[in-house]
Amino acid sequence: MPAIIEVENLRKSYGSAVAVDGISFTVRAGECFGLLGPNGAGKTTTIRMIYGFTPRESGRLRLFGIDCDGAWRSLKAKIGVCQQEDNLDPDLTVRQNLETFAAYFDVPSNLVNERVKSLLQFTALEGREHANVMDLSGGLKRRLVLARALLNEPQLLILDEPTSGLDPQSRHQLWSRLDDLKKRGLTTLLTTHYMDEAQRLCDRLIIMDQGKILVEGAPLDLIQKHVGKSVIEVIAPCTDLRQVLKEKGVIYEDVGQRLIIYSNDGENLYRDLLSEHCREGCMLRPATLEDVFLRLTGRELRE
Amino acid sequence: MIGFNLSKRFIRVWQRNFRVYRKTWKISFMPPLLEPLFYLAAFGVGLGGLVGALSYGGKTTGYTEYIAPALIAINIMQSSFFENTFGSFVRMYYQKTFDAMLATPLTIEEIITGEILWGATKSVIGTALMMIIISCFGLLHFPHALLLLPVAFLGGCAFACVGMVCTSLVPTIETLNLPIFLFITPMFLFSGTFFPLNNLPSWAQHFAQALPLTHLVELCRAFALGRLDVSNVVSIAYLVIWCLIFFPFAITGMRRRLVR
Repeated sequence: MPAIIEVENLRKSYGSAVAVDGISFTVRAGECFGLLGPNGAGKTTTIRMIYGFTPRESGRLRLFGIDCDGAWRSLKAKIGVCQQEDNLDPDLTVRQNLETFAAYFDVPSNLVNERVKSLLQFTALEGREHANVMDLSGGLKRRLVLARALLNEPQLLILDEPTSGLDPQSRHQLWSRLDDLKKRGLTTLLTTHYMDEAQRLCDRLIIMDQGKILVEGAPLDLIQKHVGKSVIEVIAPCTDLRQVLKEKGVIYEDVGQRLIIYSNDGENLYRDLLSEHCREGCMLRPATLEDVFLRLTGRELRE
Repeated sequence: MIGFNLSKRFIRVWQRNFRVYRKTWKISFMPPLLEPLFYLAAFGVGLGGLVGALSYGGKTTGYTEYIAPALIAINIMQSSFFENTFGSFVRMYYQKTFDAMLATPLTIEEIITGEILWGATKSVIGTALMMIIISCFGLLHFPHALLLLPVAFLGGCAFACVGMVCTSLVPTIETLNLPIFLFITPMFLFSGTFFPLNNLPSWAQHFAQALPLTHLVELCRAFALGRLDVSNVVSIAYLVIWCLIFFPFAITGMRRRLVR
């Protein structure tokens, strides 16, 4: 089976600003692949190039084993896209949004009704089909955007920050829908700012910064490789603690009022610290993708 | 992605706009039905009483009969120009409708062609409605007057294209008032609409001949009153050439704006 997305040396700049700086990666069939990175890392530009919205400056792009140049119309017919900004059609109802979009894809009219019905059911929007899009909550809108992206029965689903701004209920609802789609074997490419989302959904991911790929791998492998098993956070550390850690040869990060200690032997170290150095404000927790992300991209604000 | 990629799929964009229009047709029908009534009452009855009759094409023509076809021409201009400036700008900038379309197999060429043909369609709908009202006053000469409908489509396309060019250039929706002050309003007054052009100094007459509305008014008047002559061919050619010039500008302008 050919790879669904093959990106080689993809590059895009706007004026003198380089948005995507020669990245390469491959997404396999049935995989959920994540693009992570701080604001301005080039995630959205990358996926826009992949669904043919933004022209590439240089580099090779193959989708479904086909070279993209000159084949966009047939390729776009196989891709479903949830763009970042809300661009549902506010002049139309929920059902009309879906019907109109199906027409853009030239879905045969005898199939439209059936597909719209099953997608309304899939996204739990039945009963709202005649609602005005303007009256929908953020969560409902996102579900409608997902339903819209599935109308053409895509072989590749592209999601640009699918759950930004949603409440926890809506996020979990959307995640379980994405799980369902994954079980059906749908290949998904997504960008997100939420590390828990990436960790839960992605088989593999890349972390980007300033247009370049920093790391690529499965979430758990990346955590193991770049952070270790566990993390100890010490709030308001006593002055000699830094010295103790240095003597022990433990890797830590100093964030002013807090120390973040990375360790594969977290439990023993934690017990040590607790009994000898700091009785309070010391916390042991499993390492997460967020630790990887912050270690690699730094903690300073981006915008 | 450079090149010209237009299939008949542009009809999908047209259908989308038509679908929205059908939801509000009761409101959309009002202006073309009421406006001619207001204008005919004010200019035809009120001003016409002062003006009486004037000579048009060598024949004495009542003032109301003279301005009625011009009202149709003005409506053709305004319908499509407004649709493809304010209407298209809202869809492009605020509703991101074009961005959503670009994630489907639709191309920029198809989106813009669909939008322009929709603007022209609004001109045709408006013309048909105005014709009903105006013919109630016996001011249209049938069957010639039926040719106003294809004229409306041609004129609609001409102003839709130039409207779309404006939409591709303006930074904000307020800026669209500029082409309206500088282009639409002067034409509204000085294109042989409410008084014959030969009342103007000759330099102004020449200038007026370069304006698309002048030609559209001429065509509407000729077909409405059933007084065709050779100059109508020139006017048709003028509007066709106008479309051929501004349509590619509309496409390239919108491509520059949307593809980033």
